[in-house]
Amino acid sequence: MSPTELTRMTAAELAATIAAGETSAVDVTRAHLDRIDAVDERVHAFLHVARDSALAAARAVDERRGAGEPLGPLAGVPLAVKDVFTTADMPTTCGSRILEGWRPPYESTVTRRLREAGVVVLGKANMDEFAMGSSTENSAFGTSRNPWDLSRVPGGSSGGSSAAVTAFEAPLGIGTDTGGSIRQPAAVCGIVGMKPTYGGSSRYGVVAFASSLDSPGPLARTVLDAALLHEAMSGHDPCDSTSVDAPVPPVVAAARHADVSGLRVGVVTELSGDGYQPGVLARFSEAVELLESLGAKIAEVSCPHFSYGLPAYYLIAPSECSSNLARFDGMRYGLRVGDDGTRSAEEVMSLTRAAGFGPEVKRRIMLGTYALSSGYYDAYYGKAQQVRTLIIRDFEAAFEQVDVLVSPTTPTTAFPIGERADDPMAMYLADLCTIPSDLAGNAALSVPCGLAPEDGLPVGLQIMAPALADDRAYRVGAAVEAALDRRRGHRLLDEANGLGEAKVTGEGEGTRP
Amino acid sequence: MTQLPALVPYDEALSRYEPVIGLETHVELGTVTKMFCGSPAHFGADPNASVCPVCLGLPGSLPVVNRAAIEYTIKIGLALNCSIASWCRFARKNYFYPDMPKDFQISQYDEPLCTDGWLDVLVDETPVRVGIERVHLEEDTGKSLHVGGATGRIHGAEYSLVDYNRAGIPLVEVVTKPVEGTGALAPVVARAYVTELRELLRSLGVSDVRMEEGSLRCDVNTSIAPRGSGTWGTRTETKNVNSLRSVERAVRFEIERQAAVLDTGVRIVQETRHFHEENGSTTAGRSKEEAQDYRYFPEPDLVPVAPAREWVEQIRATLPELPAARRARLQAEWGLSDLDMAALRNADALDLVAETVAAGAPPAEARNWWLGELSRRAHESGTELAALPVTPSQVARVTELVASGSLNAKLARQVLDGVLAGEGSPDEIVAARGLAVVSDDGTLLAAIDEAIAANPEVVEKIRSGKTAAAGVLVGAVMKATRGQADAARVRELILQRLAR
Repeated sequence: MSPTELTRMTAAELAATIAAGETSAVDVTRAHLDRIDAVDERVHAFLHVARDSALAAARAVDERRGAGEPLGPLAGVPLAVKDVFTTADMPTTCGSRILEGWRPPYESTVTRRLREAGVVVLGKANMDEFAMGSSTENSAFGTSRNPWDLSRVPGGSSGGSSAAVTAFEAPLGIGTDTGGSIRQPAAVCGIVGMKPTYGGSSRYGVVAFASSLDSPGPLARTVLDAALLHEAMSGHDPCDSTSVDAPVPPVVAAARHADVSGLRVGVVTELSGDGYQPGVLARFSEAVELLESLGAKIAEVSCPHFSYGLPAYYLIAPSECSSNLARFDGMRYGLRVGDDGTRSAEEVMSLTRAAGFGPEVKRRIMLGTYALSSGYYDAYYGKAQQVRTLIIRDFEAAFEQVDVLVSPTTPTTAFPIGERADDPMAMYLADLCTIPSDLAGNAALSVPCGLAPEDGLPVGLQIMAPALADDRAYRVGAAVEAALDRRRGHRLLDEANGLGEAKVTGEGEGTRP
Repeated sequence: MTQLPALVPYDEALSRYEPVIGLETHVELGTVTKMFCGSPAHFGADPNASVCPVCLGLPGSLPVVNRAAIEYTIKIGLALNCSIASWCRFARKNYFYPDMPKDFQISQYDEPLCTDGWLDVLVDETPVRVGIERVHLEEDTGKSLHVGGATGRIHGAEYSLVDYNRAGIPLVEVVTKPVEGTGALAPVVARAYVTELRELLRSLGVSDVRMEEGSLRCDVNTSIAPRGSGTWGTRTETKNVNSLRSVERAVRFEIERQAAVLDTGVRIVQETRHFHEENGSTTAGRSKEEAQDYRYFPEPDLVPVAPAREWVEQIRATLPELPAARRARLQAEWGLSDLDMAALRNADALDLVAETVAAGAPPAEARNWWLGELSRRAHESGTELAALPVTPSQVARVTELVASGSLNAKLARQVLDGVLAGEGSPDEIVAARGLAVVSDDGTLLAAIDEAIAANPEVVEKIRSGKTAAAGVLVGAVMKATRGQADAARVRELILQRLAR
């Protein structure tokens, strides 16, 4: 098999091919490393490529196969890891100067599990600094590019992972979703991204942005691949007190069971209308019609408090981050500025943080510090928590009427690099539809549902399922994916032409202007 | 030496002002592992050796509550007659300090694990009930060593070293309600409370409660208001008062100092103060009126603690006999006076005596050894009684040897010298040093005959009826036998010999 063929295969296909001995994990890994060499200068998905350790991990898989040992369903499949997961053999920067060069002495639970399952870590993917942002423009180490159009953002904060998967540099990526940071980049790159139920995958070794929201999850090119990765990375972890002590929902089985007949699908009234790009709404409506044609029962459902999700989120997440990021003070690890023997520890802390954090991180630390302050706590943090409760109740009421809720994943397609960089409010709106599920802690999947006619860029369909019913979202996602692939006759990503190598152009439902 | 501020003599201050005190006591729990991770919680490791990603607060690490620490805290709460919360949360207390790995401390804020209890303490044989506001659980910080500079504090230091071994050790804070109406006894009540609390905690086996090592640390709040005003004054908080005596002195000093401030018409500033062992004074620390805002909020990395009622009752069933009840029982068993008991407690010798008695010694003997000879040795070497390298069973063995006549008082002291010098058990020392009482009359008679021959004029006196003069001969025999004779027996033999 040619390197190009190997990089175009899905994770499921790669694992099967390796297991059958038709190719080796080393060849698969080398093909992806070569692909990174060839395109990442333009895509800038990776902050660190671990060529030697990736090849060593691949060799270990090949040896196990050679010895007749049973291999897991993702053994030998390469992975791009968002640089927010601690890795004992690679730096972990969180896209921040303040952690530049830091090598953690311990491994995150998620990456440890994946490595134990034979998944090959190619390297660390770019991200908005400390996962704060929707474009990777807040990375201290440059912006990643959207492989559909290199002048546009790949989404964020897990934009390095989404760009790597979209550019065929890796078949799989992992990210974290705090306000939409997996689903939004997946949507604007035309791939699949899942925010599992909060606590479904361990946060141990995930550098915290907002502890009560952070959810590690998979990014992949197909629903089945996402489910395979979801299953491999999830499960109870005694090192994370907020980890759910329950079996992982049967997501892989659901992804293989693409059947929505009789399923009740609710369209959220509040997640459409003004501010949504017409092409996004058009593709979303078509997806809903498609579900109906596949036998789903469609209903419109109102979630009246979703409109307060964004402001509540921008109080809760910054409050937690103001505390979580306090430890970056230059005393123990990472950057230290101004330690010239004349300055006090406090001055060194202050200079270090001034130099080490970017503007968006500082903005959120200040917002959160203010919101938690004595005299303001009740009005801001306390009130936001009340809104959170109301949003949870909206979901509960909705899930009494329907099995899943759907909406566009993002109000717009990928925006041009620089367009929103100086307008935080415009940037925050990218997470309008994804935030409610983060606040409520339920599961939500984004699957591609075509290209917006006006700009030829991918649109994401968000499928929200109750907590611990992650499998339901996969079932719907798989049905949409299968029907659209069938109708289109090829995979959506075959149309991606940012790198000038589209297999199909000007066809399908998305026509470039 | 700290410059002393103006003071009003204690009695005079008390004649015009009424004090209110409150105590916040931090207790390091003696769990095997730390509060939120598996690192060892005991002392003695090299700096920064008992640490892991969690207690170092490394990015991405997460805390997991130590069940034993919750159990210990509930135990303390129950012993202090508190209500145990059926649901409570940890909270983050945010402030920047180099010895705090995360720059926030996981503590409890408005939802403590135990609330609303009391502890009865004895002051001059009169019981005083001290109300307990709350008992909550938190993690300890690391320890800073500020090198250079005059004060040993961070300001002015050349550089600082931080040891994170202590970071994350479970710390219980016991907060009293304001203690009113104690008048001039306020300092004594404060001391008696800490003494009783320490004994209680020790009896529960939850901490080694060593004040000098910092496993029990006291903050003392004091305020005074004009007598009869019906109001409370502004309080000061004297931090880290690290001995029982200092607790008493700190309250006394603050009363005298605050009286002097109020007398000049100036108001008391709400502030933390540092206690100085060398002269018993306090000096101003950080003013609470410009205090930091800790921005408490519920710790999102932890789930709420919800101890099941059955578990709480199981813990209650394991509570040992509490110190007050035990003291009453032992006093009756040993037949000691209140004064004797008070002396034992003050010397911290109650447990030692109890163990010595349990090992077979008569109570009076056990008490005499520990309060007499051994207290003197401890005082001389500047250690605590319990830290002397002698065990209660060794003391019991010595009393046994004395009772059987194998040792006299002087030899017994020499045996203890040997034990304290690490030479072995009492029996080994008796054998090695050849310290047994000379009970062979033949040997004694030879020495006696020598003494008689050497002191004809003394012999004459004795023979003329002045038997008291025999002391000179006894002394000579004891000297000749290097003290290893039973003096009474020697005297008896001398008188027999000369009576012939």
